[in-house]
Amino acid sequence: MRLLNASGCLDALTAPDVAAGLDTFVTKTVTPLPRGGNDPVRIAETEVGMLNAIGLANPGIDAFLTHVLPRLPRPVWVSVGGFSVRDYTEICERLEGEDVAAIELNLSCPNVDEAPSGVGEVVAAARAATTKPLYAKLAPAADVAENAQAAEAAGAGGLSLVNTVKGLALDERTLRPVLARGAGGLSGPALRPLALAAVHACHQATRVPIVGMGGVSRGRDALELLAAGASDVALGTVLFSDPGAPARIRAELEAELAAHGFADPDNIVGAAHEAEASTLDLESRVGRKKGLHTRANVAG
Amino acid sequence: MLTRRALRVAGSEVVGPYTLLRVERGKLDPGIPGQFFMLEVPGRLLPRPMSLCLATSSELGFLIDPIGPGTRALCSLAAGETLRILGPLGNGFRLDVERPLLVGGGIGIAPLPYLSERLANPPAVLGFRTAWHAEAAALVPNAEVVLEPTYVTEVLPPGHDVLACGPAPMLEAVRRLTPNAQLAWEAPMACGYGACYGCAVEIDGELKRLCVEGPVLAAA
Repeated sequence: MRLLNASGCLDALTAPDVAAGLDTFVTKTVTPLPRGGNDPVRIAETEVGMLNAIGLANPGIDAFLTHVLPRLPRPVWVSVGGFSVRDYTEICERLEGEDVAAIELNLSCPNVDEAPSGVGEVVAAARAATTKPLYAKLAPAADVAENAQAAEAAGAGGLSLVNTVKGLALDERTLRPVLARGAGGLSGPALRPLALAAVHACHQATRVPIVGMGGVSRGRDALELLAAGASDVALGTVLFSDPGAPARIRAELEAELAAHGFADPDNIVGAAHEAEASTLDLESRVGRKKGLHTRANVAG
Repeated sequence: MLTRRALRVAGSEVVGPYTLLRVERGKLDPGIPGQFFMLEVPGRLLPRPMSLCLATSSELGFLIDPIGPGTRALCSLAAGETLRILGPLGNGFRLDVERPLLVGGGIGIAPLPYLSERLANPPAVLGFRTAWHAEAAALVPNAEVVLEPTYVTEVLPPGHDVLACGPAPMLEAVRRLTPNAQLAWEAPMACGYGACYGCAVEIDGELKRLCVEGPVLAAA
């Protein structure tokens, strides 16, 4: 299991020591042209999570390749966004010769007006544009499993689950939206059950590895995402309140795994799919790999 | 190193509509006036950015306006409770000025007591909405106080190096009068260290992160 940051939730250049606590750094989404992002106010806190409408602020692919990417820690994944299939393929082509371990296709940003085309179409075009591993980042929509299957069929090597979902906060006095844009992406604790459900569904629906994220703030949350079928875990909103979260959550996860009798986090991946996990003996957990425990052999 | 420290609340005092929250300083570096700290809020998801108001050898003080659920919770903290604090963060005021004049408006006076101490109590001009709000002026030595409808920009003496903090319209007005001023701005922040991109403000015609570029910026 690797610990990553969720895209857009950490700047490795302003907080290198926080990034150093992760196994892989994921960049903020890069688009072909520079974007200043949405007007302020861009963030709001609610009782159950945080709203953001940053709007894909980024320096654009030219400045990113010249000024940002060379200074980032490795391994690094680059999050790629756009408003047309061509936007995605252009950036994938530009990254082809770079020291980038994987490309995450942001197919689900809630904070821009122009949505890209269908998941399968973008992934297929990106697949043709790069040899690098592609992770499709999806929102926890009702059709997330269908989108995941479309991404897998189009050549995605993995899934990043989940992006935020649209939410709204109103000012307690004026009753107007707090965010200048109106609605924004909801993250934090409210997202956690949605993330678990999406990971659970996509683990059943596909055979590609999953980076689980959404409301992870404790080791227990990471454990549950792994059990639902994630192979890796990413931290988002928790980094804002606790820059020490990577080391803390890693330690908490180790304690959780030990309490459940697992020596290695890889051995608990998908445990939630087993009919009666409590009856499994330790031996059956050893060496279990994603894809080997189909419904048939788990039932046996 | 971005490490939160758990500090014990020493107590709090009501100052007009505001609360001065005092925490035991421990080994925390108070930083440069104008820098800020992220204060964990009991029961809330995100910390709140607060500039340092007072620093003694044993305590740090934060002047807080209880305007929302987070600030209200901070103002309700009792002596003996523990608070996790990250900082100091951002860029503070340059202190190498020859004729300092502190200018503050409302809760924007928060960093001025500590700034005044570090600059050997220079003159200050403070503006408030009401006499009740102006009770906070007692925290700043050598202060001239004006109340609305009079604004600080109407009484600024010429020939000073202005260091200002207050609401955005006040800072814009000060900027027009004194292009060499140092201005401390405010913006909603989730993290305080450049991760969330929430605190974007327009700087030199571009949206930039206030926590990284500021919160103290040159007026021109």
